[in-house]
Amino acid sequence: MTWLPADTSIVLSGALCALACSVPGTLLVLRKMSMMGDAISHTVLPGLAAAFLVTQTRAPLPMFLGAAAIGLVTALLVQWVRDLSRTDGGTAMGIVFTALFALGLVLLRLPAIEHVDLDPSCVLYGAVETAAIDPTTVFGVEMPRAALINGIMFAVNLAVLLLCFKEFRISAFDPALATTVGINATLMHYILMTMTAVTTVAAFETVGSILVIAMLIVPPAAAYLLTDRFGVMFILAGVIGAASAAGGHIAAIVVPEWLGVGDTVTSGMMAVAAGAFFTLAWLGSPRHGVISRLILRWRLSLRVMREDILGIAYRAQEQEGPATLPPVAATDAIARLRRLRPIIARFALTLLRRRGLVRGPLEQLALTDRGRAEAARLVRSHRLWETYFSHQFPTLPADHLHAPAEVLEHLTDDAMRDRLGERTSEPSVDPHGRAIPGASSGES
Amino acid sequence: MKRSGLIAGLTLLTALAIAAPALGAAALPPGLLERLERVVSLRDYNTRIVIAGVSLLGLAAGAVGTFLLLRKRSLTADALSHATLPGIALAFILATAMGGEGQSLAWLLPGAFVTGVAGVGVILLIRHTTRIKEDAALGIVLSVFFGAGAALVKLAEQMPKGSAAGLDRFILGRAASMIAADVLAIAVIAVIVLLVCTLLFKELRLLCFDQAFAASQGWPVVLLDALLMGMVVAVTVTGLQSVGLVLVVAMLITPAAAARFWTDRLASMFGLSAAFGAAGGAVGAVLSALFDGLPTGPIIVLVCSAFFALSLVFGAKRGLLLRTVRHLGLQRRVAEQHLLRALWEAEEEQGPQSTATAARLQAHRSWSALALRRQITRLRRRAWVRLDAQGGVGLTAAGRVEAQRVVRNHRLWEMYLIAHADIAPTHVDRDADRIEHVLAPEMVERLERLVAAQEGSAAVPASPHELATPAPGGRS
Repeated sequence: MTWLPADTSIVLSGALCALACSVPGTLLVLRKMSMMGDAISHTVLPGLAAAFLVTQTRAPLPMFLGAAAIGLVTALLVQWVRDLSRTDGGTAMGIVFTALFALGLVLLRLPAIEHVDLDPSCVLYGAVETAAIDPTTVFGVEMPRAALINGIMFAVNLAVLLLCFKEFRISAFDPALATTVGINATLMHYILMTMTAVTTVAAFETVGSILVIAMLIVPPAAAYLLTDRFGVMFILAGVIGAASAAGGHIAAIVVPEWLGVGDTVTSGMMAVAAGAFFTLAWLGSPRHGVISRLILRWRLSLRVMREDILGIAYRAQEQEGPATLPPVAATDAIARLRRLRPIIARFALTLLRRRGLVRGPLEQLALTDRGRAEAARLVRSHRLWETYFSHQFPTLPADHLHAPAEVLEHLTDDAMRDRLGERTSEPSVDPHGRAIPGASSGES
Repeated sequence: MKRSGLIAGLTLLTALAIAAPALGAAALPPGLLERLERVVSLRDYNTRIVIAGVSLLGLAAGAVGTFLLLRKRSLTADALSHATLPGIALAFILATAMGGEGQSLAWLLPGAFVTGVAGVGVILLIRHTTRIKEDAALGIVLSVFFGAGAALVKLAEQMPKGSAAGLDRFILGRAASMIAADVLAIAVIAVIVLLVCTLLFKELRLLCFDQAFAASQGWPVVLLDALLMGMVVAVTVTGLQSVGLVLVVAMLITPAAAARFWTDRLASMFGLSAAFGAAGGAVGAVLSALFDGLPTGPIIVLVCSAFFALSLVFGAKRGLLLRTVRHLGLQRRVAEQHLLRALWEAEEEQGPQSTATAARLQAHRSWSALALRRQITRLRRRAWVRLDAQGGVGLTAAGRVEAQRVVRNHRLWEMYLIAHADIAPTHVDRDADRIEHVLAPEMVERLERLVAAQEGSAAVPASPHELATPAPGGRS
C-alpha cells in the first residue's frame, strides 16, 4: 500500500466529519433519540431538492438553509404525528421520514431538477474519495473543500456546545428538571435537531446521508460504554470517530488489495471501522464491557464459593467437635460443591490453602486458626441475619430464615455485623438453637 | 396542542391536495386518457405484473405490520431492512465464486434473510448486554451493516466473473424489473403470512397487548416473537426489489398506523391495514405507470402516507376531526352549565326570579362579552334562559331544573371533598367546577349517600363556602 497526499486529504475530511458529527451524536444518544438522527439524515434529501427548486442553485447557503428547515420540519412532524396518533415515537419517525424521503426521490425526478447533480446514490454513499481531492484556497492555503466544510461545521458545533454546555447537560439527562430550573428544554431540542440537520448536509458529501448516522451514533455509543462523564463522552466520541475515519480509509485500501480487486467504498469502510471500535468498547470497556463484567461476576462467585467452603468446614467441625479430624461431613459437603461448580470449587480451595485458611487435602480438610476466625465471622453474620429476620417477621416460618441469610452473609461487612448484633441485642443462639460465635471470636 | 394539531393536519392535507395535481401536471403526458384506459384495464403485461406484485406485497406487509406496530417495533424493521444489504452482496460474491448465477434471487434473497436476522440478533444482544438503549442499538446496526453492505457491493461489482451491475437496485427499489416468478414468490409469502397471522391470531394478539400475561399463561412468547420477526424479515426481503430497503419499512408501518385511526378492534385493524397496504400498492403502481418518470416505490410510499394523513384527519375512531368535534361539544356543554350555575347563584343571592346583568355575569367567569352573548343566545334557543326588559338575564322554569341539577352536583362534590378528602372549603370550588359536568347519576347517588344529603330529593344544599362575589356595581 502506498500513501499519497490524497489519502491524507481523505482521512482529514473524514475525521473532521466524524468530529463534527460527534457533537450532536453524543447528545442524540444521551437523549435516547438516535433514530431521530437517522430520520433527519434521510429527510435532508427532500430539503435539498426543495431548496434547489426554490433558488435554482446549488450554492452552499441555500442548501444549508434548506437542510436546517427540513430538520425542524421533520422534528415538528414527528412530534405532531406522535401526539395525534398516540403511537410510539419510533412509528411516528418511520412514517414521517419514509414519506419525506419518498417525496425527495420523486422531486429529484422532476424535469426542473433532473439535470442537477443530486444523484440519490451519491447522497446515500457520499463521495469522500472525490470530495476530498477537490481543492479550495482559503487565506492562501490550499485545502480539500470537504475538509474545510466539515472543519467549519465542527467549529460551529463545538461553539454551540460550549455556549450551551450546562443547558445541554441538564436537558440531556432530565428535560423535566431543565424546565423547572428555567431552561427551555423544547428550545434545546430544536437547536439539537437543527444542528443534526446542518451537520448532516455538511457530512453528506463526505460519508453520504445514510452513513452519517454511523458517524452520529456509533462513536458516541462506544464512548457511552467507556465513560460516565458528560464532557469526557464528547472527547471520546470525537477521538473514536476520527480513528474510525482513519481506520476505515486504511481498510478501504488494504482489504481490496488482499482480495485482488480494485477498490471499495471508503465511507462504507469508515462505518465498518466505527462498528469495530464499538465492538472493542462493547467487549473491553473497563466498567461496562462484557469481559470486565464476566471477570467481576467470576470473582464474585469465587469469593462466595470460598466463603461457602469455610462455612461448611466450620459447621462440620461444630457438629463433630473440633478434635475430630478429618471432618467427614465437610468432605461430603465439599464433594457436593465440587460436583456443582467443579472448576470454581477447586480454584477456591487452592486459594484458601495458599492464604493459610485451610490445610490438608480435600479428604482431610481442616481449618487453620485464621481460617476458623474467618469462618466464625461468616457464620456469625449468617446466624445474626436469621435472628434479625425472626425478630422482624415473627410470622415467618423457621425454615424460611436460611435462604436470605445465605445470600446476605456474603455481603455483610464488619460495621454491618456490629449493627446487626446491636439490633438483635447480642443473642447467644440463633432461631434454630445453634450457637452464634461471639463478636470477639473473629479476632482470636 | 389539539388546535395546533388540527392546523397541522389540515395544512398537511392542503399541501397534499395542492402538490398532487401540481406534480401530475408537471409530468402530464399527452394522451393521458388512453394511457389511463390501458393501465386500468391491465392491458400491458408489465403493468399487470407490477400491479399484482406490489398489491400482494402491500397486503402481506399491512397484515404483519399490524402486529409490528402494536409491539412498538416499527424501527426494528427499518434497521433489519438496512441489514439485508451485506447479505445480498455476500450471496452474490459466494454464488459467483462457486460458479453459480449471482443475480439469481434464489441466492440473493436467502443472503438478505440471513444478515437481516443477524442484524436483529445484534440489536437484541446490544440491548441485553450493555446499557445502550434500543434507539442507539438500532442506529448502530442500521449504519454499520449498511456501511458494510455498501463496501461489499462495490467489491462484488469488481469480481472478475459475473456482472453485479444493478445490485444497488435493492436500495431504492426498481419495481419495473419485476417478473412473473417474483410475483409468484411474493404471492407465496403473502399466503403464508396471512395464514400464520390468521391461525395464530389469538396468540399474536396476546403477545402484542400483554406479553407478561402471555408468558405467565405458558405461551411460548420467545418463539412467537421470533415467528413475528421472521415474518417481518420475509416480507422485508420480498419487498426489497420493488420498494427498496430504505422505504420498505413504510409498507409495514404506515398502513397499520392509518388503520389504527378507524377502529379499536384488532381484527378490523388487521383487515383494514392489509387493505390499505394492497390499495396503496395498486394505486401507486397505477400512478407510476400513468406518468413517465415517477418511480414506483416512492409513489407507493407517498400513497400510503396520503392514506395515513387522511385517516389522521377523518378516522372514525381516533380521527382528528372527530376528536375535535367531540371536544368542542364538551366545551360547549361546560360553558352552558357554567352560565346556568352563575344564574342560579345570582338567584340565590338576590331572591327568586331575579335577573343578572351581563356585566355581573362577565365578572363572574371572565367571559368575553362576545362569548357570553353567544352562550345566552344558545341557551335562549333551548328556552332555559330569558331576558327581561332591562336586558337582565334570568332562568326560565326549565332552565332552573337543569341549573338545579348542575349546582347540586357541584356542591355535592364540594361537600365530599371537604368531608372525605380533607380539603379546605376555600379550595374545593375549582375541583368541583371541573367535575360537575361529567358526574354520572350512579356517582351522584353515591355522593348523596357519602355526604348524607337527602337521597332522591332534588333540593340543592347550601354552598359550603362563601360564593365569590362579583365586582361591585355589577348587580342588577
